[in-house]
Amino acid sequence: MARFIVRRLFQMIGVMFAVSVLTFLIFNVIPNGDPAVRMAGRHPSQTIIDQIRKDWHFDDPIYVQYVVTMKKVFTGDLKSYFTQLNVNEEIRKGIPRTFSLAIGAALLWMFVAVCFGLYSAVKAGRFADRFLTIIALIGISMPVFWIGALMNYYLGFKWGIFPNGGYVDLTDDPVDWAYHLILPWTALAILFIGFYSRVLRSNVLDTINEDYVRTARAKGLSERQILVRHVLRNSMIPIVTLWGLDFGAVIGGGAILTETVFDLQGVGQYAADAVGQLDVPPVLATTMFAAFFIVLLNAIVDIAYAYLDPRIRLQ
Amino acid sequence: MSDGERLLEVRDLRVSFATEEGVVQAVDGVSFDLDSGEVLAVVGESGCGKSVTAMTLMGLTRSPNARFEGTAEYKSTELIGATDDKLRQVRGAEIAMIFQDPMTSLNPVQKIGDQIVEQIQEHEGLPDAQARERVIELLERVGIPRARDRVDSYPFEFSGGMRQRVMIALALSCNPSILIADEPTTALDVTIQAQILQRVRDLRDETGAAVILVTHDLGVVADIADRIVVMYAGRVVEQGTLDQIFYDPQHPYTWGLLGSITRVDRPRPERLPAIAGLPPSLADRPTGCHFRPRCPHEFAECANVPPLEARVEGQPDHQDRCWLPPDEKRVKREVTPGEIGLGEKRGAEAA
Repeated sequence: MARFIVRRLFQMIGVMFAVSVLTFLIFNVIPNGDPAVRMAGRHPSQTIIDQIRKDWHFDDPIYVQYVVTMKKVFTGDLKSYFTQLNVNEEIRKGIPRTFSLAIGAALLWMFVAVCFGLYSAVKAGRFADRFLTIIALIGISMPVFWIGALMNYYLGFKWGIFPNGGYVDLTDDPVDWAYHLILPWTALAILFIGFYSRVLRSNVLDTINEDYVRTARAKGLSERQILVRHVLRNSMIPIVTLWGLDFGAVIGGGAILTETVFDLQGVGQYAADAVGQLDVPPVLATTMFAAFFIVLLNAIVDIAYAYLDPRIRLQ
Repeated sequence: MSDGERLLEVRDLRVSFATEEGVVQAVDGVSFDLDSGEVLAVVGESGCGKSVTAMTLMGLTRSPNARFEGTAEYKSTELIGATDDKLRQVRGAEIAMIFQDPMTSLNPVQKIGDQIVEQIQEHEGLPDAQARERVIELLERVGIPRARDRVDSYPFEFSGGMRQRVMIALALSCNPSILIADEPTTALDVTIQAQILQRVRDLRDETGAAVILVTHDLGVVADIADRIVVMYAGRVVEQGTLDQIFYDPQHPYTWGLLGSITRVDRPRPERLPAIAGLPPSLADRPTGCHFRPRCPHEFAECANVPPLEARVEGQPDHQDRCWLPPDEKRVKREVTPGEIGLGEKRGAEAA
């Protein structure tokens, strides 16, 4: 198992390198025109452009440009020419917000989806199952910017039950932190709840007919024991994979809409603002940030998968 | 015959399933008894209802469309229609089962030791360490080498034969009085089959448990069974002791089954005889004797259902469902094994 983890982490470093090269190519090489002009944002002066060209070594060979770019990204020496703020500093400020949103929402959607999916499978074909199916379809069909805006308007602004956007640090006041995040968590989780509960339901219904479930019943176990120990554990394996990947995707950009709607000022909203202003350095950095978490979560998922399913470990 | 204690009395068991094609009568009035220490073989082709009979005894026939009738009394506990709570006390502890396919019958993500411990703790509540020791003993008993190391292995680390041994160890873990083996060797290599059956027989001798062996292979049965129940299309067509069935078989279907075993004591046939035709669909069975369309000896009487009764003089425990008088059968069956096979029955091609 330890060897499996080490091997997987090495693979991750390889993938990260490939991602960094691709990102570099996409931003600095593939587009036409002068990279220094693009980097400088809207309406730059000639002195700034010359300064950027010198700073980023745009007159040097491409591999030098790559090394310089990565150095800037990883040493925290990256500055927005639009806001004059340090990019890494801004991302660091956004991280607790983005993570608060993503972790809370991920726990919420997993918990609710397991309850719904399992209940649906146990009651398959009956009223409760059909009802939950409809609810799930509605959840899947509602875009987060729409349901988020509705929740924000009615629950936050009009009736004042929840705060109207904003963020409070967990360390300042945990209760207020959760209170501010309930709406964003729910808005982000709804789509995933619908999707996950459907997947889990069908996994459970497949697993219930496995021979080893019959064996479990022949042992004299109760239906609840059979469901939890034998059916659920095997049905959860694909869901856990999905969960890790989606969590990575939410951190790496999936939360952009939710953060913007609820004005959470996280990494996603920072990236969205930067894109709107054609501010290349923050976009470059947030892209790398997103890619890193997606790759990291992929590795973690593989390791978790090997833990859940011993057959994987030997390969 | 065994003179053990009566463990199980099955009377007129019927199982039917409502399907889109109509009612499938999978088991149609099956009755038999089982005494401790005896091996009862239930024999028949695929789809004759033998597995459903075995599953139903454990309450494992779980279809919302299934209907059950009749009784199956285990030590004065009625099994048919019993509540899940009641059945749970019987399952695993009193009646244990070995399934057909060892490759899929164990949970792939649980250590085999844990899967057996689970059953022991469910019924006897032993502490972990004791239960584990018992599992190691059991694994040794069923012939798994280095049991102490292997107890923490996962099913995928075992071969099919070894997995079936694990299943046997699981079945034996709470000293059941009845062991139901549903085609335990069908999915295994021929070399492994003999070992597994030897294991089942040894364990019967050691523990005195009764065994119900469900199989389609009369060759398997010859080694191990005390009594044989032959099933066809949901009904028992013949039952008797091993010797009665092998040396004085009364039903043409039994002749067909016996005729299709390879035998070293007979001249080698050019082609192994087979029973012509296919078993009938259980949703649409022939009237009268169900074997009639495939039987070379059909006559007028066969349009009526023959009752299961003793027809051989002085042998009350040898019963069959065939209208032919025993003397006539003895003449006819001499030629039957070759004749019943290879599509010799008139009109068999049309069927």
